[in-house]
Amino acid sequence: MMVKNKIRLVVIGNGMAGIRTIEELLKMSADEFDITVFGSEPQPNYNRILLSPVLSGEMAFKDTILNDWSWYEQNHITLHTGKTVTQIDRLHCLVETDDGIVTPYDRLLIATGSNPIMLPVPGIDLPGVLGYRSIDDVEKMLAASMPGKRAVVIGGGLLGLEAANGLSLRGMDVAVVHLCEWPMERQLDKVGGGLLQQALEQRGLKFYMSRQTDAILGETSVTGLRFSGGEEIPADLVVMSAGIRPNIALAKSAGIHCERGIVVSDTMQTYDPKIYSVGECVQHRGQTYGLVAPLFEQAKVAANHLARYGAMRYEGSSVSTKLKVTGIDLFSAGDFNAGAQDEELLLQDAARGVYKKLVLRNNKLRGAVMYGDTMDGPWYFQMMRDETDVSEMREHLLFGQMHIGDSGHGGTAAVANLPDSVEVCGCNGVCKGAIVNAIIDKKLFTLEEVRAHTKASASCGSCTGLVEAILANTLGGDYSAQPSKKPICGCTEHAHQDMQQTIRERGLKTIPEVMQALQWKTPDGCHVCRPALNYYLLAAWPGEYADDSRSRFINERVHANIQKDGTYSVIPRIWGGVTSPAELRAIAEIAERHEVPTVHITGGQRIGLYGITKENLPKMWSELVEAGFVSGHAYGKSLRTVKTCVGSEWCRFGTQDSTGLGIQVEKMTWGSWTPHKFKIAVSGCPRNCVEATIKDFGVVCVDSGYELHVGGNGGVKVRVTDFLCKVASEAEVLEYCGAFMQLYREDAHYLDRTAPWIERVGLAHVKRHIVDDAAKRAELYARFLESQRYSQDDPWKERAEGKEAHEFTALATIA
Amino acid sequence: MNWIQVGRLEDIPRQGSRVVKTATGEIALFRTLDDQVFALNNRCPHKGGQLSQGIVHGKRVTCPLHNWVIDLESGAAIAPDNGCAHRHEVRVAHGELFLEAEAGVCKA
Repeated sequence: MMVKNKIRLVVIGNGMAGIRTIEELLKMSADEFDITVFGSEPQPNYNRILLSPVLSGEMAFKDTILNDWSWYEQNHITLHTGKTVTQIDRLHCLVETDDGIVTPYDRLLIATGSNPIMLPVPGIDLPGVLGYRSIDDVEKMLAASMPGKRAVVIGGGLLGLEAANGLSLRGMDVAVVHLCEWPMERQLDKVGGGLLQQALEQRGLKFYMSRQTDAILGETSVTGLRFSGGEEIPADLVVMSAGIRPNIALAKSAGIHCERGIVVSDTMQTYDPKIYSVGECVQHRGQTYGLVAPLFEQAKVAANHLARYGAMRYEGSSVSTKLKVTGIDLFSAGDFNAGAQDEELLLQDAARGVYKKLVLRNNKLRGAVMYGDTMDGPWYFQMMRDETDVSEMREHLLFGQMHIGDSGHGGTAAVANLPDSVEVCGCNGVCKGAIVNAIIDKKLFTLEEVRAHTKASASCGSCTGLVEAILANTLGGDYSAQPSKKPICGCTEHAHQDMQQTIRERGLKTIPEVMQALQWKTPDGCHVCRPALNYYLLAAWPGEYADDSRSRFINERVHANIQKDGTYSVIPRIWGGVTSPAELRAIAEIAERHEVPTVHITGGQRIGLYGITKENLPKMWSELVEAGFVSGHAYGKSLRTVKTCVGSEWCRFGTQDSTGLGIQVEKMTWGSWTPHKFKIAVSGCPRNCVEATIKDFGVVCVDSGYELHVGGNGGVKVRVTDFLCKVASEAEVLEYCGAFMQLYREDAHYLDRTAPWIERVGLAHVKRHIVDDAAKRAELYARFLESQRYSQDDPWKERAEGKEAHEFTALATIA
Repeated sequence: MNWIQVGRLEDIPRQGSRVVKTATGEIALFRTLDDQVFALNNRCPHKGGQLSQGIVHGKRVTCPLHNWVIDLESGAAIAPDNGCAHRHEVRVAHGELFLEAEAGVCKA
């Protein structure tokens, strides 16, 4: 079915990288391409990382198939399996296979993967000597794996150990031969490697370390191995797992520039601009990769350029590793061998079988090795990629991210040991078993996919770490961790920071302008990106940008909080939590007049009226405005409340006028829009009755002044504030508060509370702007006050007077 | 068919929605950025959220309660969610909106 004008794309390699690129491409421009795929293996695309579970018998091959035959058909892809491309004619843009099929191309994608390195020793060609790279190798191994027979695996790396474990589970007597002193030396240090070796020895594997293989013995088939010292061991099966080598023979023969791999640019293009390459066969910025996560990132970029969006660059990947041997928890990421300028943090608990090592340079994480307790692996990895300044959390860094997931799971060490019935996502009631099943059945690789299919971590997000850990644990090896700069949603390839930067640097003033400048793929975005853009524009151009109510979530659009039955709550502002009989009477009368079903004292020292129909809102607001109230913004990503205690005015312990100060702070900050909700409290003494140390900004009054605390959170994931500094006067409290809010407003991603924001950028970053640099603080404070000039018009009053009246009335009523 | 005039196109803001109340429940009318108008029962197939209160983007609306995304043309939830908010015929003629209120059909 050749249609004229379609771009002919030929893909050499029917593996994970090539097919992932096609999938990404189909998402972007399904009809533009006429795609032909050549694969030298006879199977459709399968998940190569799951070869080990197939070998060990924990999985069937058919469960590893990612794209079955019908997928190729449905997408009109011409598939040639069992055929090897032997020639690329770059002059005429043709490829030719071993059996003479000639196919022309407009664009060529080389995804030929890698080959196992077969050591150049005598006997390498004997029957019974196998590589470990394809399902064909696995089938041969299984055919040869009679229980009781002896297998030797050459190479104690990740794959070698997985193969050894698999063969051992099949009942074979398995020995591992390795050049180095300990296994997995590229991922583990000596101690971690030693622990791993011990654990595997307990499972019956034998290790011959620091041995070089001189020859494979045998006449008609393998009988044994000889090491360079002359020592010999018997073997009926030898598996070569001494590493992989990019498969570049074809590219090289076509004159495409290769070094160790096919050399590609940041757009995944080879030196021939019509020819792209992805996966294990490429060399990018001097690096080759043998894991899945980088290859998926490459696929995304290659697809983006093939589809002529031209928006993305591949900038290399940092990778993490996990061994897929059931019951062994091991995690490794980054550079874990400390150099002269690095520092090491170590934790070793022999009784629990736990070992952790973190390597720091300039207060940033460079590497991590973990054994026995890998729960915090994704967290360390994230900080590594975000280059978070960890100086402020050094003391407890090794103990992990406390309360990962719901508070109830805080103490659970190994995610693998969680029973399937444990509820992981409390918001949506998703158990671990459901997540694991979805990952396996639906073949999910990323957090986004798990969210879409199971809803786990899709609501409040506090169990994200736990879900990532389950994902990593289920996929093993190399799950596709989220890149630290990930697109905000499916409408764009751009991340939050790109948007903030572009808006400011290019002076973009409307949502359509930003969408055009950053090449949005949808005409008017979606419910994820539009509210974010609206916020960024509002924060960047106070007084100038006209708020787009159509890009506001309903609560912020109608200035009330939607409830599950479609009614709304109304919570007027009660400054600093101080009210009066007259105010209470007014609220009581209004509540009675409107027959409010529930009147509730909120956690923020206010009074909430629940069950108000939308039509009734403007009427109720006008009565509240009449009585002197303004909106409490209890519905917004904005300043919520300033909680106070009665302080020195009444309390015998009070040290300062916390009530008066709280009211001043609230008068200054109310009405401001922030990336997420923002809560403040002022405590009159260190007894801290208003819980200032779990607020976004907390003031604790002491005899000699005011302690300022930031980044607290009392939600699902309780986080105590970080101490920012101590100041002497109320004026300084106001200045530091305004400056801190403004830094958060300008810096944080939309929907980041202060806690995750500070964890990402590091407290040191905040201190540099707010505490150490008086000039910067003054600028931030001035910008905050400038922005507040435009945001303190009461939205209730405006709507009571008729603004956006269409929001509150039905279009028509018909019988 | 029983066409009922319910208002004018400009009564609904672009990327917005208005509600028509009927004896059998509410119908939400949506107007897209390019002035197409669609009508669905004002109930998300998930937990009954009022779709009229959602954010309208492209030919879709996102439910305000739990972010299900509903296709305005068919009324079907976007995969992997599964369900259907029944749709109603709606026409725009000379700026007037006409709604076929009776038969809610699922086109998904």
